[in-house]
Parts: sequence; C-alpha cells; structure tokens
Amino acid sequence: MDKILVGLKRVVDYNVRVRVRSDGSGVETDGVKMSINPFDEIALEEALRIKERGDASEVIVVSIGGNDSQQQLRTGLAMGADRAILVDSGETRDPLTYARVFLALIERENPGLVILGKQAIDDDNSQTGQMLAALWDRPQATFASKLEVNGDKATVTREVDVGLEIVEIDLPAVVTVDLRMNEPRYVKLPDIMKAKKKPLDTIDIAELNIEQAPAIKEVNFEPPSDREKGVLVDDVAGLVAALKDKGLL
Amino acid sequence: MPKVLIVAEHADGKANPSTAKCVACASAIPDAEIHVVVLSDDSENVANELATLAGVARVIRVDNSQNSNTIAAVQAPQVVAVTDGYSHVFGPSTTFGKDLMPRVAALLGVNQVSDIMEVLGSHSFKRPVYAGNAVVTVETPSDSIVVATVRVASYRSAPNDGDATIDAVTIDAELPVHTRFLELQAGSADRPDLQTAATVVSGGRALGSTESFDLIYKLADALGAGVGASRAAVDAGYVPNEMQVGQTGKIIAPDLYIAIGISGAIQHLTGIKDAGTIVAINKDGEAPIFEVADIGLVGDLFTIVPELQDAVS
Repeated sequence: MDKILVGLKRVVDYNVRVRVRSDGSGVETDGVKMSINPFDEIALEEALRIKERGDASEVIVVSIGGNDSQQQLRTGLAMGADRAILVDSGETRDPLTYARVFLALIERENPGLVILGKQAIDDDNSQTGQMLAALWDRPQATFASKLEVNGDKATVTREVDVGLEIVEIDLPAVVTVDLRMNEPRYVKLPDIMKAKKKPLDTIDIAELNIEQAPAIKEVNFEPPSDREKGVLVDDVAGLVAALKDKGLL
Repeated sequence: MPKVLIVAEHADGKANPSTAKCVACASAIPDAEIHVVVLSDDSENVANELATLAGVARVIRVDNSQNSNTIAAVQAPQVVAVTDGYSHVFGPSTTFGKDLMPRVAALLGVNQVSDIMEVLGSHSFKRPVYAGNAVVTVETPSDSIVVATVRVASYRSAPNDGDATIDAVTIDAELPVHTRFLELQAGSADRPDLQTAATVVSGGRALGSTESFDLIYKLADALGAGVGASRAAVDAGYVPNEMQVGQTGKIIAPDLYIAIGISGAIQHLTGIKDAGTIVAINKDGEAPIFEVADIGLVGDLFTIVPELQDAVS
C-alpha cells in the first residue's frame, strides 16, 4: 500500500496525577507535561513497522487541535514518520469532528490504512476510529493487539472481553490499537534534529468544509468520590473475622 | 416522553448481564419507555430472556444470518434502521458496545456519551474522564438523538419480573461483507465471569511467575470467585490480557474484591472503585492499594494466601 495515516493526540502525560480545577471548569493543564496519547504512539510504531517491512511507502502523522500539537507531531516525525499534518480546529474538540477531519484528509491522501489509538487518555471517549470507519463506509478493527497486512487485506487480532477475536478485513480500513500491540521505540537525538527538516503542514479546519457536529456540553468537572480508608488486620484470622463480620464469608 | 432503545449484548443464545445493567441505567431516565433490540441469526431464546427484564416494554428481534458474529460494520446499519422514533440509543460499555455504538452514533450524525455512570436527566449525565481522576457532567443537545454507552460497573442488573411484548422486524439493508470473523480464542469458562462475579480475586506482579499465579486460582476456586490481574501481571506474561482489571482492562464492581500483590496504580484503582469491599494483601504497607482498601493485611502473600485458602475451604 502507498500511505498510512496515523492520528497523534496531544494529552496530559500518562504519569501526571490529574487535578480538577477548583472552579469545576476542567482539569489543571497549566505547567503540566503534555505528551502523545500513549495508544497513538503504539499506532505510530505499528505503522512504522509496516513501512519497514515494505508493506507501505509513507507514514503521515496527523494531529487535530491547537498550534501546540506541533510538538507531538515533531516527536512523531522524530520516531520516523515521513510528514505531518496539523489541522487547527480552534476550540472544536469532539470525536465526530475528528472523524470528519480524518475523512477529509483521506479524500486528499487516499491511505490504505488509518491507524489510531483505541482511546485517548484524557476524555477516554474511544469513538473517533469507529466513527471514521462508519463515515468512510470501511471496515474497523478496534482494540487490536496484532496486525498483519497481506496485500489488499489485513488479519487483525482484537482484544475483546472474552479473549482474542481474529478478523480479516479488506483494505482500506481503520485499525485502533490496544496496549499490547508493540513497544514504541525511543527517539534518538539525531532523529530529533532530522525531524526538524521534515514537512509539517498546517491546515485551518475551515478549509476542509466540515459540518459542525452537535456539541456535548461539559458543564462541570469534579473529583471522584473517595473511598474511605479502611482498617488493617494483623493476620489471616483477623481478615477472616472481618470478612465474616461484613457477611462476605 | 423519552423512548430508549437498548442494543442487547449476547452470545451462545444467552443475554450478557451488561444488557440488564443498561436497562437499569435507562430506567433512571424519568418516564422512559424502554425497548431492547436483539441482532442475531437466531434471537428467540435471547429475546424471551430479555422480555422478563423489569422496565422493558418491548423486545425487537432482528434475525439475519449475517448476525452470526458480532461485526460492528454489519450491525450498525441495522441498529440505525430501527432507531426511528427513539430519543435515546444505549449500549453497554463492554468491548461489544464500545466497538458498535460510536459507529451507530456517527451514522446518526451525533457524538456519543461514553460510559454513563449516573443519569441526572434525559439529556444530562455524569461520566468519568482522565482514568476516573475526574467526573464530568455533560449535557447533550435536546434536539438530537442521544447515543450512549453505559458504564456497567455503575449499575445493578434490572430484576427479572417483567413481561415485555416481543416482535420481529425485517431490515431491508445491504450489509457489508468487507469484515470477516475468523476465530475467537476464549479464556477458560470454568470460573465465574470476571465482569459479573460477586467475588473477584486478583493477582499482581508480586506473584512473580505464571506458576505462582496458581495460588490466586486456588484461592478463587475456594471462594467461587472470578480471577483478575493487574496490568503489570498481564504485561509480565503471567496471565492472558482478558484478565486485566483497570482503566484499559475491565471495570468491575464485585461485592468483594481481593487484591493480592497489587500495589494499586491509579489505572488499576479506576477499575475497582465501585467494588463493595476491597481487601488488600501486600508486603509493602505503603502501597497505594491500602488507601482504598476496606481491609488491609501487610505481609508475605506466599504464606498468607495458602493460609487464607485453608481458612475459607
């Protein structure tokens, strides 16, 4: 296949302990480390491996958001992507809009595969890939832990609740990846330097003539209700007694 | 009046308990009329079972040989075909629902509300974000259909004292053949299902090997419990991935959860915070799991677990 599109979302880093703002307007992002959504990093790694095996000729990374997402795209280029597209979406950030943006880019680029993370670790929505596949009227293989491309088909192992499901899909298609698909490579310093020379195009979302999706309003953020700290017991006998006390044994 | 359509999850002629939890969630919408749609190649048994769920007025059977496996691209157009007249379409936040429902939402031209944990009104819901580190209240537009998944751990199954009408519909839509089911490699079925078991015993990286994980299985069998694991134990290869409990694994709410050798990373705690009673057994008294445990026991799991197994056998 010719091209693979990969989505990279800028999110609060996996290791940051997220705090809700006291006014309930969202979570604290000032001075917080931002990174590529970990699932998206796995998606990019898989695309690069497919290209290195000779099954694709170009890997294009896409981010939708503000100008600051350039940072994540540069990291993607340093990992090995060939070029990057930033779609400046202003304040618009919802899965259906993301899916419509990807569809508009698909019409321009004609990729054989679109690989996305199975969810973003900020909004935990897990929608964009499935929505894109629906609008594109193409196969979706979600929560993938293994992806084998064979010509105009792919065999995908999906992590489902009861175990592993294996499906065959015709290409082009959308694949969303789970944690165990691969271990993303580390970026080396010379690659960071090289990445600065790779093309990064910015497109204003208005140029894509996307229909505005009906927005779901985020009214208020609050911290989760805490569980009360419990008691410590000294030994197994104490544990058994405590469980009996609660009627659990 | 709100009219809610629930997409049933089922396998081998039986309804998955997730459907009864979606019914419980939908019942929290004031004055809602609740219908359930079953897509199957032979939906009779599942439809009969679901007709007994309290609160369900109608079960719609959609039989088609292409529904013998659950393929989202095949099922989404069929769901959309029966959504006329409904204000809401719900599915469970299991891998079945997470795969299917956004595809339905996109075809209907709306965003989805993922993982409803509380219903505040017909168009107002609470859902977790940032791995459960925040809860957001969302409002959906009143002039468009609401498509949502239900966080099953937040709800108790609707009881079985209902009596819904059942009817079959035929859908005249061309269904895609670009996605083909090949194989399902399912885990062991000898133990209670992790997502619905009343008691769950989970092991972490401290078990140290696949062989040592036997301790967890033995204790679970003595308790009649389901078995789970932390991401660290799955990544270390001790157990298969479908046993993972946490943000990217299963979100569960058993009456009793016993965490053994699990330190309690936030991503794991996200998966268990609705459990009735949490027991932690860990040699590190400072482990974060003790912050959420109702009963904690600090010590060596390799001596404690066999002792506990003897005590409960």
